[in-house]
Amino acid sequence: MSKNDFNINDLIIDQTKYDFRNPEIYAFKTLPGLNEKIIHEISESKNEPKWMLEKRLESLKIFESKPLPKFGVDVSDLDLNKIIAYIKPNAERSNNWDDVPEEIKDTFEKLGIPEAERKALAGVGAQYDSEIVYQNIRKDLENLGVIFMDMESAVKKHPDLVKEHFMKASPANGHKYAAFHGALWSGGTFLYVPKNVKVSMPLQAYFRMNNPGMGQLEHTIIIADEGSEVAFIEGCSAPFYNTTNVHVGTVEIYVKESARVKYVTIQNWSKNTYNLNTKVSLVDRDGVMEWVSGSLGSQKTMIYPASILRGKGAKNETKAITYSGSNQHMDTGSKVIMTAPYTSSTVDARSISVGGGWAFYRGWLKIGENAKGAKASVQCQALMLDNESKSDTVPLIEVHTDDADVGHEARIGRIKQEQIYYLMTRGLSEAEAKAMVVRGFVEPFAKELPIEYAIELNRLINLEVESSIG
Amino acid sequence: MKELLRIKNLKAITTDDGTVILNGVNLTINEGEIHAIMGPNGSGKSTLSNVIMGSPKYEVTEGDILFKGQSILDLSTDARAKLGIFLSFQTPEEVDGVKMRQFLLNAYRNIHSEDTITALKLNKLINEFTDTVHLDKEFLNRYVNTGFSGGERKKSEIMQMGLLKPKMAILDEIDSGLDVDALRKVAESINKFKCENMGILMITHYQRVLDYVKPDFVHVYNKGKIATTGNADLALKVEENGYANI
Repeated sequence: MSKNDFNINDLIIDQTKYDFRNPEIYAFKTLPGLNEKIIHEISESKNEPKWMLEKRLESLKIFESKPLPKFGVDVSDLDLNKIIAYIKPNAERSNNWDDVPEEIKDTFEKLGIPEAERKALAGVGAQYDSEIVYQNIRKDLENLGVIFMDMESAVKKHPDLVKEHFMKASPANGHKYAAFHGALWSGGTFLYVPKNVKVSMPLQAYFRMNNPGMGQLEHTIIIADEGSEVAFIEGCSAPFYNTTNVHVGTVEIYVKESARVKYVTIQNWSKNTYNLNTKVSLVDRDGVMEWVSGSLGSQKTMIYPASILRGKGAKNETKAITYSGSNQHMDTGSKVIMTAPYTSSTVDARSISVGGGWAFYRGWLKIGENAKGAKASVQCQALMLDNESKSDTVPLIEVHTDDADVGHEARIGRIKQEQIYYLMTRGLSEAEAKAMVVRGFVEPFAKELPIEYAIELNRLINLEVESSIG
Repeated sequence: MKELLRIKNLKAITTDDGTVILNGVNLTINEGEIHAIMGPNGSGKSTLSNVIMGSPKYEVTEGDILFKGQSILDLSTDARAKLGIFLSFQTPEEVDGVKMRQFLLNAYRNIHSEDTITALKLNKLINEFTDTVHLDKEFLNRYVNTGFSGGERKKSEIMQMGLLKPKMAILDEIDSGLDVDALRKVAESINKFKCENMGILMITHYQRVLDYVKPDFVHVYNKGKIATTGNADLALKVEENGYANI
């Protein structure tokens, strides 16, 4: 199947594919809310070393003292005291799908994870509610010294590496949700790629929330040592519930000298989910960080993948697509801080809003006084498919050196009637024509994805074209 | 000869400000006939082709357009295209991010909806048509009309006519912006793609394209209607004497 073969059905979210619930079975869960007792329970359940418990308690204090962010989505109807932060699935971690309980395995089968693993991935981690239930990497990579495991195991098996990097790129005092995460984190992936090891196929982590009213707070750390290369894909989904779920994940990426990391996200949370995520990358000399960020699901999202280019010649490339359908408010963007000479960055952020959705681009580019010879461009484009939908762009650019080359372009618009007419003269219906224009709009993003995911993206973008025609 | 397209006392206005742009056009085209409409700039020639295709920019206020005896006024643009009416645009719209091949595959599948051609064969067919109009294969990987030169646009539009095999083809200023060599090549392609029963309506400013695609009828158009009708000689007269003296 070619990704260019157009089929209108590819564009409709097949709700049955993501919206299925398993019974609420779990081994253990905490009471809703956040307090010292709950933190002790989580830490004990994980049998954590003392230093991690202390970090959690420290984060709790920061959480209690920090005000809410003064920007972004309205969180007045999000009551964190009602969120169950930790639900341990009724399953042990395994590197063999056969060991995963039938119902949970079935969930990931429906999402196509084991199949993708066989076909196109070097390794997979699968998280169900608060814990990783499956994690495996190809033996040849393991033999080269690649470490790919759930975060809890890494805390115990590689304490020095974890201590050195855990919440260093995204510290607990960064903002209130970072502190919330620091106190309650559970699950996620730890990946270390040794010097000069180039991982040719991507690794993937998939996050599934099954229980209502829960919070998923996985923590991901990627360390790409000098001269190494790796691509990492994260996907996520949940069944729809009438109660609020929240996802407060954190991703920290360390790109060492001349290393290259590509981090791809296809976020498709159900529309009862608050997705308040933090992703930060620290990039050393001549390192390259690529963010490919697709924000498609959730009720409300705040995500601004960040790169701090602190080594000479470090590079950032961000390609982001945001889809905001009915009842969605997506506050997405990018953050690039350039502190070293000859660093460079390109940001191409696009959004689609339809059916009353609101897509807000928020960007921050800062070029420090030491970043002589820096080059940066920021391009944001917003496409509104109907009159009820909203779009905003707030790209903030701060330049503290005279010796920098900065370009910026922002465009907000609608599909041109002339384009639709032209395509209709070639036999496409109005809905198909609109779908085609939108597909063209997301093409620069889609072509960054492995083909399986590009097809998946087409499925994920529910154009709601029928309603937008009205 | 069977009637293909019949335009009866057609009057139309622009949708945005109600300006009258067609003022009682009458025209009948039978199967296999080639008609040319000539007229000065700004006489509304291109508007007629867009009204026939059902452009949302115009509204018909009086008269009718019949295709094979049936009114098409209530049909959407894509429904008209599926009946077999094709319009080659003077300046086709750019659709960024959509590759020509993807676009052509979709157009073909929609127009020939009963055709069960395999993807492989259809791709081959598209390659053949691309060759016929002297376009490079790389052209199929470019985005629809984006950054095309004048010549590439015309070749692309005519290639679509060949691929979609309409019953009635309207070619709007297919000669504009082409040098003599390019014009000859495009005209050769038109003749190659014209099957026996296809009706063609050429809309043009200049006579020269009619040296290559010979019309059965020539209409001189002015002020939103057809002023004079004749044979190919009328085009030569226009060329000699100008529109003002016809």
